[in-house]
Amino acid sequence: MHYHVYIATERKEAILDPQGKATHHALDSLGMSQVSDVRIGKFIRLAVDADSQDKAKAIAEESSRKLLSNPIMETFRIVEIKEASAKGASH
Amino acid sequence: MKTRIIVFPGSNCDHDALHAIKNVMHNPDTEFVWHKEESIGKNVDLVILPGGFSYGDYLRTGAIARFSAVMKDVIRFANDGGTVIGICNGFQVLCESGLLPGVLIRNEALKFRCKWVHLRTENTDTRFTNSLLPGETIKVPIAHGEGLYMADQQVIEELEANNQIVFRYATESGDVTADANPNGSIKNIAGIINKEGNVMGMMPHPERACEAILGSGDGRKIFSSLARHFEFVREAAAAR
Repeated sequence: MHYHVYIATERKEAILDPQGKATHHALDSLGMSQVSDVRIGKFIRLAVDADSQDKAKAIAEESSRKLLSNPIMETFRIVEIKEASAKGASH
Repeated sequence: MKTRIIVFPGSNCDHDALHAIKNVMHNPDTEFVWHKEESIGKNVDLVILPGGFSYGDYLRTGAIARFSAVMKDVIRFANDGGTVIGICNGFQVLCESGLLPGVLIRNEALKFRCKWVHLRTENTDTRFTNSLLPGETIKVPIAHGEGLYMADQQVIEELEANNQIVFRYATESGDVTADANPNGSIKNIAGIINKEGNVMGMMPHPERACEAILGSGDGRKIFSSLARHFEFVREAAAAR
């Protein structure tokens, strides 16, 4: 089976996020004063060949641990897993 | 001092490092090693991970370089006690590789900083700094967008307890102040060493400060420390 696994990485709360801070300031100057904080992370999609959704998830988790996130400063979450139509298809 | 300089796609201080080590410091056996090589070669004294933007800084700075073919051998070399210095992007690669603790993130002011800075020498009892005096300041340039060194509290405490902080950003007279900190690094950290003392990473560029005509010759003190160290090691081996 082919799956698309969507992964989000976020900086840990204790880690400074200057990009998020600058973006927050910009939102504030737009008048979006209800926004009290901004944190910027990454959104990653992996196309995975696996026998089952669980296995696809495990592969995505291993990829996230080994490369996609740096455990010193980031956490990751598997956000969504979808069956994809064809191997290597980009959509 | 047999020196090998690792070249990743996107490295751009590799030639500066080669010039400094080979021509200025007179070490004829200084060569590049392309990232696809599986070995750095035999009897290497020093490996330099140069500055630049390896793999376009994709994902995180240094994250992809860490998995290139040659890094396996560099990690083996370091774990066997071999001497490695990572400068700028090289420091980022060392942190991603786990050879040094912590991580380098975007400068606090979000600006790429390209300027001369002063560093206060915090530890002279290393192979990288034995030609410097305790507290001596050196003038070297920085050029980075992601040089804010950080690690969790416990790691910082360990670095301090083990004297692993080698250089801090300081004023010309050696005061470690917030104003002298160009990127927001915790505790003004500019360079650290591993516990074993054979791997050092620093954001500033000593290789760009080896000739007075370039504005400072202070960077030579790091490379002459290394040369002195290897000479001492060789003499000790010969006396045995």
